[in-house]
Amino acid sequence: MGLSVDIRHDFGGPGGFSLDARFDAPPGVTALFGRSGSGKTTVVNAVAGLLAPREGRIALDGEVLFDAACGPRLAPHRRRLGYVFQEARLFPHLSLRANLAFGAWFAPGRAAPGEFDRVVEMLGIGPLLDRRPGALSGGEKQRAAIGRALLSRPRMLLMDEPLAALDEARKAEILPYLERLRDAAGVPILYVSHAMAEVARLATTVVAMEAGRVARAGPAAEVLSDLEAAPALGLRDAGALLPGVVAAHHADGLTEVEVSGGRLLLPRMRAAPGTRLRIRIAAQEVILSRTRPEGLSALNILAGEVVGLRVGEGGGALVQLRVGEDLLLARITRRSAAALEIAPGAACWCVVKSVAVARTDVGRATG
Amino acid sequence: MQDGGVWLDPATREALALSLKVALWSTLCALPPAVGVALLLARVRFPGRALLNGVVHLPLVLPPVATGYLLLMLFGRRGPVGGWLEETFGLVLAFRWTGAALAAAVMAFPLMVRAIRLAIEAVDPKLEAAAATLGAPRWAVFGLVTLPLILPGVLAGAVLGFARAMGEFGATITFVSSIPGETRTLPAAIYALLQSPGGEDAALVLVAISVAVSMAALLVSEALASRVARRIGAG
Repeated sequence: MGLSVDIRHDFGGPGGFSLDARFDAPPGVTALFGRSGSGKTTVVNAVAGLLAPREGRIALDGEVLFDAACGPRLAPHRRRLGYVFQEARLFPHLSLRANLAFGAWFAPGRAAPGEFDRVVEMLGIGPLLDRRPGALSGGEKQRAAIGRALLSRPRMLLMDEPLAALDEARKAEILPYLERLRDAAGVPILYVSHAMAEVARLATTVVAMEAGRVARAGPAAEVLSDLEAAPALGLRDAGALLPGVVAAHHADGLTEVEVSGGRLLLPRMRAAPGTRLRIRIAAQEVILSRTRPEGLSALNILAGEVVGLRVGEGGGALVQLRVGEDLLLARITRRSAAALEIAPGAACWCVVKSVAVARTDVGRATG
Repeated sequence: MQDGGVWLDPATREALALSLKVALWSTLCALPPAVGVALLLARVRFPGRALLNGVVHLPLVLPPVATGYLLLMLFGRRGPVGGWLEETFGLVLAFRWTGAALAAAVMAFPLMVRAIRLAIEAVDPKLEAAAATLGAPRWAVFGLVTLPLILPGVLAGAVLGFARAMGEFGATITFVSSIPGETRTLPAAIYALLQSPGGEDAALVLVAISVAVSMAALLVSEALASRVARRIGAG
């Protein structure tokens, strides 16, 4: 099940690069992550049928969409993939209502009753329906574009940096909609991004791309805590995902979250006790100590055991630790790693300041 | 002849009505192929594209008399196309108003193609790609996205072509002559009046009518284009 991509493509001209991408996207959100120019958009365009790769095969749920050698080359309109572009691409001559209806006109079968209203409500675009795209803000346009793609009843949603053109406030406004989409709509999503925060928040599967190749692919928590994948993902953005459950809200503005290795106190969040979360802990916000620290302002001190160490070419080192059942990454200096005698098997205390976990680092877990 | 007021002059009314009929038919018939050729030139890379471009634009630079003579050779009753049309459909073009419409259409064609092609080149192909990913087949993409977006250009091209057809003289008079009531359009009537002694006053009236019709066409085209542009707004 899911999407299976195995393609090769060349771009001519000076500085032209070749793409060689092979990965599977199971149901859920698969994030294609990588720097600009690593070939992410090319892959999505090939999946959508807007570009024919030189070689290879693309299949969705067992149906071959494209096979360069002998098989079919389905036209984009026959693939039934909803594509949300970076620049919304709403039709300027149509009202928002007509833009949304456009997708539904060509969808096979009958619309489920109330589907239009449900999508409009989920995306919060009801009051805008009679406006033209020219009169909408960037965030509103992007939400409308998501709605239009959804209403075409796609077998899969393709999203190419749908938040890249937006400022932080708009991103924070749309991210919860995308989470709801992932958890409620049940449509698999191929999500292109070069922003780690979005990937950490949404992805169930991560495909890290580097210079036209797949550097690492796998379940999100596994890839994001992988030492070898870190350079491809960007050391500055390195950080592991911890699954947790909201335990309690405290009167002093903190929320207590239970993770497999203990309890975390995080800035107050709006989530009922029992809500399952995924928390991104940035590697550079983690302090390591060989003895249990005392008299520290940091509230979160978790016991862990070093699993792996990756010494960089500069002054840095990345440490992978097992905390409870989950993996955590810590980015420290080589000097500290040597001084603390960090090696696999070493017991360590991981110190995380509550305020180092931003609200955008906390997302809802799937299912 | 002029004592009863020139407005009532049947010859004048005849020339005006004929000109309007010829220009209207030539515009209506030339518009769809003009859209097709503009699409072809703007979007498709094919061998012979430069040649097609040249042929389309030829009437713009060729002396109209030469164009008219070529039409006569091709579409005359003994011409290869004209003979076939008469045999198959019983359609005669030479020295008929239909021939005048053909001549006007040929002369107006390059102007229409140019205006429409500009509009097509201004359409963002990304919007068409988006429509395709939403499940729209090619015809629907054209009808629901491309055509509405190029509508201002198509209208501008149509009005421009209409005005050009109204003023067509050289190719028309060569191909279909200047037969009162059949092929004597406004410009041909003005020319005929100026050839006869004492015809200047009547010619002046026809010139005034020409100015009025052309001016009205331009104003209408401007208004239509800006209305459509406003409706579409900044996307």
